[in-house]
Formats: sequence, C-alpha cells, structure tokens
Amino acid sequence: MEAQALEHTLREALPEVPIERLPSVDLHVSIRITPQSVAAVMPVLCRHPALGFAFLADVTGVDFWPREPRFEVVYTLVSIEHRHRLRVRVGLDDNDPHLPSVSGVWPAATWLEREVWDLFGIAFDGHPDPRRLLLPDDWEGHPLRKDYPVQIRMKPQTAEPMQVTAEEFRANVARDRLVRKH
Amino acid sequence: MARQEPGLDGAIPGMSVDAEIPVLTTTVEKMVQWARRSSIWPVTFGLACCAIEMMAMSCGRYDIARFGAEVFRGSPRQSDLMIVAGRLSRKMAPALRRIYDQMPEPKWVISMGACASIGGVFDNYAIVQGVDQVVPVDVFVPGCPPRPESLIYGIVQLQRKISSRKPV
Repeated sequence: MEAQALEHTLREALPEVPIERLPSVDLHVSIRITPQSVAAVMPVLCRHPALGFAFLADVTGVDFWPREPRFEVVYTLVSIEHRHRLRVRVGLDDNDPHLPSVSGVWPAATWLEREVWDLFGIAFDGHPDPRRLLLPDDWEGHPLRKDYPVQIRMKPQTAEPMQVTAEEFRANVARDRLVRKH
Repeated sequence: MARQEPGLDGAIPGMSVDAEIPVLTTTVEKMVQWARRSSIWPVTFGLACCAIEMMAMSCGRYDIARFGAEVFRGSPRQSDLMIVAGRLSRKMAPALRRIYDQMPEPKWVISMGACASIGGVFDNYAIVQGVDQVVPVDVFVPGCPPRPESLIYGIVQLQRKISSRKPV
C-alpha cells in the first residue's frame, strides 16, 4: 500500500486516536501515538482487515537523554498479507516509564519486551514473565541508558543458582523412567 | 656383534636404547608426561571469531594433529584442554566454569586472544576482563585474533609446561 493510502486507512480505522505522522528516511510509514492509546491501537493494527499487521518484527527502545520525553519505544510492524510496514513510536517520560504489554496481541512480543525492560528499564504492564533477558537476574541498572557507567568493574559470577530443586529433579527422573518403561 | 639402532636414542627425552637387547628404559614419570603432552584433546569451546582460527588450526593446512591435539571433543568428560577462544560475557561465565569443573584432571586452559586474556576492545560491563578471573589459565596467546601458528606455539608451550612438571 502507498504511504498516503496507508496513513488514510490508519486514520479511518482509528478515528479517536491522535496519530502524528513522522518524517521517515526510508520508504516506510512512521507514526507516533501516545502511551495511553497503545492498548487500544495495537489490537486494531493487528486485526483490521485492511491493515493486517499480523507480524511484529521488532520492539526496541531509544534513550534521547537529556531530551524530554526521554525514552521512545519503537514497534516495527509488518503485514505479510498486504506487503507493507509500519513503524509505531511511543514517547515516554523519565519518571517511571511503563507501557501496556502487547504480548496478548503478538506472542512474539514477550522476549522483545523483556529485552527492552532489561536494557532500558521500561516496564511492560501485564507481561506474563517480566524477568531480565540478557543480563543476570541480580543485575543492577539498565545498561543501554545514556547515564549508565559502561566501564564498570565487577567480579564475574562463576556459579549460578540451581534451575530445579532436588525434589523436582527426582520427580523428573521418576517421570523419565516411567516414559522409558512404556 | 651388538645391534646398532642409530636415531632412536634420544627420540623420547630420558629414554635410552640398550644396544644388546631391544628394550627401552625410562621412568614412569617421564612416560606419563610423554603420554599426557602427546594427546592433549581440547574441548570444543569457541566463543567468537578466535574460534575460526582455532578451527583453521585443527584442519589440514596447519594440522595440529602433528602435535596430537586434533581431537576436539564435544564432551568435557573426554577433554584435557579448554581453549577459551573469544570474549567471555558475564552471563557465559558460570557456563564456562561449569564446563571446566566437568573436565577430568589433569586439565589445562589456554586463553586465546586479546578478549579472553584482558577483555580486548570490549572494555565494558558485559565482558569479563580476563578469563583468569573465572578459571586458572596456563598459557595466554596474544593476538586479535591469533594466527593458527600462534595457537600452535601456545600448545607447544603447554606441552613444555606439562613435561617440566612432575605428574601427581
């Protein structure tokens, strides 16, 4: 779909939502929406028959420190059916940045949102598994923030806590034996 | 008349050929050292681009088989040597330590390249600044990445180290 036509369809599908069209260096359409409208907009983008953005290619964060609003979350959406792309950008303040999770719309969002939480400290409300993804669980701080001390020195961890308890391990072994017997 | 076997004497250090009877004599210690240093099996542990040079070293052109170290094992239980080939991230450090702990004694570690030895260009929070903080290292091989010849030199240095130590 042409950029103008896509923008027109977007505004038609979401009449009450303030959509700001942003300049884009490539051919893809780039829009900005408010954090409050994310929960309402994303299911429509995914399921609207003329839009059909069924594939969430990426969720990533940007830190524009010291500019305000400081953070931006960028969703890159692809419609395989209609062969078009859309970039949705959401600005967030420094004070307790959080967004509703879109993992209910696209299950692929779970790990991407964990990564954004891990590295930028942007929380996603309603996420089914809000752990860190890349860094150890006991890590302090969010390294891709501009005010993070990158060259810190810490003693490396040489052991990690057990993934299963002794009881769980025994239960797994017992279950495995049963499977092998049959 | 005594049999002459020129060239065999001194083929293995400390070993001598008796001229009358075809028997080699040596000490158990030297025999063990010789066996250990002639079959250093590395564990397959490539972390980054250094691993490509490590693979080149094990292939036909550089041919580490000449030094008895060509058998890369997939299991730490069958390995003697861990070549830490590449930058070690903090999240990987517990896994590296676990693999090292799973290797049977005697075992050795070569830290290959600048990143594994001191962090290299990755002077940041994510990379361990030297794998000697995680496992005891026997030989550091410099380079970014080291050429296969350098790594072969490192393995030869390790062989020297093994033959200069008394086996426990």
